[in-house]
Amino acid sequence: MSFQAALIAPFTEFEFMRRALAAVVALSLGGAPIGVFLMLRRMSLIGDAMAHAILPGAAIGFLLSGLNLFAMTAGGLVAGFAVALLAGVVARSTGLKEDTSIATFYLTSLALGVTIVSIKGSNIDLLHVLFGNILAMDDQTLLLVAINATITMLVLAVIYRPLVIESVDPLFLRTVSGAGAPAHLAFLALVVINLVSGFQALGTLLAVGLMILPAGISRFWSRDVTGMICIAALSAIVSGYAGLVLSFQTHVPSGPAIILVAAVLYLGSVLFGRSGGVVRQMFPAPHLEA
Amino acid sequence: MRRAALWLIPAMLLAAFPLRAEDRINVVASFSILADFARNAGGARVRVTSLVGPNGDVHVYTPTPADARTIADARLVVVNGLGLEGWLPRLLQSAGSRAPIVTASRGVAPLKFGSETDPHAWQSVVNAKIYIANIRNALVEADPAGADDYRKNADAYLAGLDALDAEVRAAIAKIPPARRKLISMHDAFGYFAKTYGFETIAPLGVSTEAEPGARDIAGIITRIKASGIRAVFPENISDERLIRRISAETGASIGGTLYTDSLTAEKGDAPTYIALVRHNIRTLTSALGE
Repeated sequence: MSFQAALIAPFTEFEFMRRALAAVVALSLGGAPIGVFLMLRRMSLIGDAMAHAILPGAAIGFLLSGLNLFAMTAGGLVAGFAVALLAGVVARSTGLKEDTSIATFYLTSLALGVTIVSIKGSNIDLLHVLFGNILAMDDQTLLLVAINATITMLVLAVIYRPLVIESVDPLFLRTVSGAGAPAHLAFLALVVINLVSGFQALGTLLAVGLMILPAGISRFWSRDVTGMICIAALSAIVSGYAGLVLSFQTHVPSGPAIILVAAVLYLGSVLFGRSGGVVRQMFPAPHLEA
Repeated sequence: MRRAALWLIPAMLLAAFPLRAEDRINVVASFSILADFARNAGGARVRVTSLVGPNGDVHVYTPTPADARTIADARLVVVNGLGLEGWLPRLLQSAGSRAPIVTASRGVAPLKFGSETDPHAWQSVVNAKIYIANIRNALVEADPAGADDYRKNADAYLAGLDALDAEVRAAIAKIPPARRKLISMHDAFGYFAKTYGFETIAPLGVSTEAEPGARDIAGIITRIKASGIRAVFPENISDERLIRRISAETGASIGGTLYTDSLTAEKGDAPTYIALVRHNIRTLTSALGE
């Protein structure tokens, strides 16, 4: 198999592959910076929790208008925002830590969702139906992913400074400015919209993968936030592309293929990363001497 | 007319033997199509409950405590077998039911799909007759007092199925043999295809749980283009986006929705098994016929 046939032909030959690639690039550009901030704020697992929190919203959308993707997505967004904001407010205004308050709210939300679904008496696996497959990107879904990525980058540009300062030194920010709380809430909202995008492409279980794994990779190659974000976005795009090719050449489903490629990159970074990789720690570069 | 006649049977029986609701025996079926069979064979002597309701997906069902209670009250449990209800054995055990269990597909020649058995035997009307015979025998055993009724009901329904079978064959005879190809989401039409001379292609395999890889989708698209398949079909229990993508990429039109593993609610297109088969065959002929 020639180089061209293996790596480029799938995309020139099939439109669904081109759409999948476009979706992965959009997801990477939006999700990777979010992942970096989640990592810096030690919230890496929160994405997973939020994935479940959106269920009741999707279920209510389903109750009101049947299997209408728009209604279910909108419902999911509302539920996700509600959980993220409530958890954020509780964590900020009481002594409860963010992880516990998110866990409480998402479990409540999940239980509510399961209840609503079973009251309806239907048992279609809602999330399964709601969140498709990266190989089935229709115009609507692709547009949704692209808009979410655009919003994410614009909003991040606005809240970038307070977000970075707060990630590094929240007490300092609290003394000099009141921007910490609004920036944090806006950030949680961005987490939710990127999750909903991720679901469209990778399903509920793996949606977080394209945010967190690239962030983990970037940590081993850069020490400053801007560098990390660039490396994270780049490695997410590379994983997405390579995962799609892998899925095309083998029978591996696309979502898992993308995450597995990212995992291989992560493993390589853990071993050989320039900043803090295992090999670098065992054989440190000699200090510069005068 | 025939359908009207079928409806009359339970009505006449009801008039002949005015049974109070408490006198009826409880029959539990695992999903809506089996429940329809049991209702037709049992007539007025039985009260049938379906665990997985209309438009539900029996492959990925999660039982509830209410289901356990329903089963505990049952005098007879009707299951499909062939590996369809993976969740059922544990439910039966935990419900502590001593009711006899009838495997409705017993005696059907199983189709293999790789290493998996294809459970969708009811899609062939010939097999549906085996289902009815099994259910009738089980009812006679569970409630010997009603033996005559059950035999009468089953005979009437079997006659209806014979007519339905002839109807299906006549309709398919009008589709040119080269066009007898059926592309749908999950491979639910294996038995139908075998009985009536169709070829089937489905991205998801026999269960709705699996996820297709890029290679599978590309393979299907290539096959559709190569063999000039004219229509692809969405189902009532799956996400339509993938099939729409395939349609957009190949120029094959989207036929109407096919009903596979579940009846619809009373007002839908397929509230009974006979209506379901009629609907599917109408959909097929209008998309594939001249």
